[in-house]
Amino acid sequence: MATYAPPIPQIVTHRAESSKPQGWTSWFTTTDHKRIGILYMVTTFVFFLLGGVEALMMRLQLGAPNNTLVTPQVYNQLFTMHGTTMVFLFVVPMMAGLANYFVPLMIGARDMAFPRLNAMSYWLLLAGGLVFYASVFWNPPEAGWTSYAPLSNSYFSPGGGQDAWIYLVHLTGLSSILGAINLYATIANMRAPGMSWGRLPLFVWAILTYSVLIIFAMPVIAGAVTMLLTDRHFGTHFFDPANGGSALLWQHLFWFFGHPEVYIMVLPGFGVVSEILPVFARKPIFGYKAIAASTVAIAFLGFLTWAHHMFATPIPEAILVFVMLSSFLIAVPTGVKIFNWIATLWRGTVEFKTPLLFCAGFISLFIIGGISGVFLAVFPVDWQLNETYFVVAHIHFVLMGGAVFTIFAAIYYWFPKITGRMLSEGMGKVSFWLMYWGFLITFLIQHVIGLDGMPRRVYEYDNVGHLALYNQISTVGSFILALGVLVTVFNVARSVKSGVIAGPDPWKANTLEWFTSSPPPPNNFDVVPRVRSVEPMKDIRREVERRSAAPAADPGGATVPAGAMQVGV
Amino acid sequence: MAFFTPQSGGSPNADEIASLYRIILYIALVIFVLVEGALGYALWKFRARKGAVAAQIRGNTRLEVGWTVAAAVILVVLAVITFAKLSAIQDPSNSGPNGQHLVGSDGVLYASAERKLPPNGKALNITVVGRQYLWQYVYPGAAEADGLGAPYAYEQMVVPTETTVSLDIVSSDVVHSWWIPELGGKFQAVPGYHNYTWFKISKPGVYRGQCANLCGRGHARMIADVKAVPPAQFEAWLAYQKVLIAEANAQAKIARAKLGKQIGAGQVENP
Ligand SMILES: [Cu+2]
Ligand SMILES: [Cu+2]
Repeated sequence: MATYAPPIPQIVTHRAESSKPQGWTSWFTTTDHKRIGILYMVTTFVFFLLGGVEALMMRLQLGAPNNTLVTPQVYNQLFTMHGTTMVFLFVVPMMAGLANYFVPLMIGARDMAFPRLNAMSYWLLLAGGLVFYASVFWNPPEAGWTSYAPLSNSYFSPGGGQDAWIYLVHLTGLSSILGAINLYATIANMRAPGMSWGRLPLFVWAILTYSVLIIFAMPVIAGAVTMLLTDRHFGTHFFDPANGGSALLWQHLFWFFGHPEVYIMVLPGFGVVSEILPVFARKPIFGYKAIAASTVAIAFLGFLTWAHHMFATPIPEAILVFVMLSSFLIAVPTGVKIFNWIATLWRGTVEFKTPLLFCAGFISLFIIGGISGVFLAVFPVDWQLNETYFVVAHIHFVLMGGAVFTIFAAIYYWFPKITGRMLSEGMGKVSFWLMYWGFLITFLIQHVIGLDGMPRRVYEYDNVGHLALYNQISTVGSFILALGVLVTVFNVARSVKSGVIAGPDPWKANTLEWFTSSPPPPNNFDVVPRVRSVEPMKDIRREVERRSAAPAADPGGATVPAGAMQVGV
Repeated sequence: MAFFTPQSGGSPNADEIASLYRIILYIALVIFVLVEGALGYALWKFRARKGAVAAQIRGNTRLEVGWTVAAAVILVVLAVITFAKLSAIQDPSNSGPNGQHLVGSDGVLYASAERKLPPNGKALNITVVGRQYLWQYVYPGAAEADGLGAPYAYEQMVVPTETTVSLDIVSSDVVHSWWIPELGGKFQAVPGYHNYTWFKISKPGVYRGQCANLCGRGHARMIADVKAVPPAQFEAWLAYQKVLIAEANAQAKIARAKLGKQIGAGQVENP
């Protein structure tokens, strides 16, 4: 039993009797953070594929002007499902899955602080996803993932799909909040001896910040959708202007959540990149403190910029100016991160393994997304760009570049730890280049489509100018991108059974998850080493070398269990 | 057709937005080339090779403070440029000498905190009403002698050239967004609120746009057109609209009276 009296509880370092879980039913009852992490990752990836199919159907519809492949109703359902799926059922919970699996391993803990709560978080997420997707068989929601009132009110959207959307936000929101509390408690209390805040891996810093953002932002959207629910069914008028309510209130509440949500989605990805770059550049991260501090700064500033989504609403000029400046301000710590990453590569010895490729691809895309974000922060310019394909391009550079590419980097980096087997490098590279070029072909041209005057969320457009050509280019790109994703799916499916055995530390990495075997035993570590720097594995490897040079020294070493250091590949 | 910049050419505010955009674009291109270049260079130059050893550097405070300040300075410059441009984008100018001559109370408006007016206070005020899935334009002035029934039009807004037009944007159902790219930015029509913008067209012609905020299944077909004609033509058009509306109202009156007789005298209180 852990006692919570000391600030950092002791981590028991005896060999736990590891009862191997039996049979497929054990997946329903598991409270092991690693198995829950796997459940999260597999589930959310399935939703990612569903959201991707929805995107491809939209791209097919837009592949030709005045196309009639889908009806306006179905098209509205498609973009509503796509946006909602990617945000609530893929990126946020995928990050929770990665955090679930790797935060305890990286900080040298044996599980999350509250294992049963952890299981509950996952099952709430799945319930939310199932309720939402069940609506496909009746009336899927069609008011967009932003569900602006009054369009989302019962008068304009009587279908049950809108209610399914509300339940999805509630269930996944609760799942996220509980998960965030759990992660916070784990990171605050269960770190390995010697792991001070200044030695916390940057991925864990990112997850800590992600958790705080969720705890502050999610209750706001939970409140907003509850108000929408009572407006729809119980006669309240929060968002009904005809009865003293305010349609703008919805936008304020939604974006007060919505902007921090962007950072909830990308900060963990930043953390992944900050872990992977030093490993493949064989060089310490440049400016550890600046990266950790900029993560926290971004999170704080993220709560001051929500109204940049509302520049076109009736809103006082003072707020327009304030929000423009606060949005500028947030570009500074974001830029600092990018500079630090490039400086990490600088004078290193960069090994072009697939995880590094995805990270480098991410940085190059995120630079574009960051710069187009500055255009959008200038409110008079935003008046021309918002609600057009320029914004669609921007959010995909930020979220697909910032979250999806980093998630793929994480898959290639950590798959060996999770399964004990390597993914195929060849297929990984093919997947990366297809995704990278597919992405650029799909989304670069969308800036132009927006500048050309095409609003987003329209099921058809007239054949004027080069709009048809631009849209065809984008559609072709989206299928190349999809092919790239499929290559990774195939790679994972094949390598789970037949990949090369990875060994505990195939990349010669820096953090503690590589100290234990791959896959890790149920208790994670028999012995947790004392952490002396931000790169404990580097210290341990050095120590091992030193001892093997002098074989007589210190038999039965307390910190390095025999066999933990067979360095593979 | 716009490729690198937003559309412009219809109204000074759209032109000013496009020129502000262009300034940002040039600064952005420099930053883009520098940062992507540094990334590409680092990846290529420092790729792993036989015998290469990675430098074990953990940071450089001077450098880090330097690029933080540099990023901040660029953004301060952007903010200053934006503030310099703001007035030209937001504040309407007076109508030109060949513009519509606004008489009486029709054209005179009262400025409020939200609504910007030209220096002489005169602009043609048109109320834009968004509804699923069309735009209605309500003009100042009464169609009938008793002061009732402002003239209105659907789908195509007709305006006089060289005249400052001030728009009062409202909605009667869900949130819409008014947008004619060549005449300036978008402004949401939010039920229960008023939103304002303006434009001044010098070239006669039709300027196309459409609703830019998802408003339901017909959103993609919620088209907005602005047709600019010389003031004389506009006046004739407006007078004709007034006649049409007065006629329609008169006919409705007769129909109501007939209906009242059929039902029985006394049952219809208000003919
Ligand atoms: Cu935002
Ligand atoms: Cu509309």
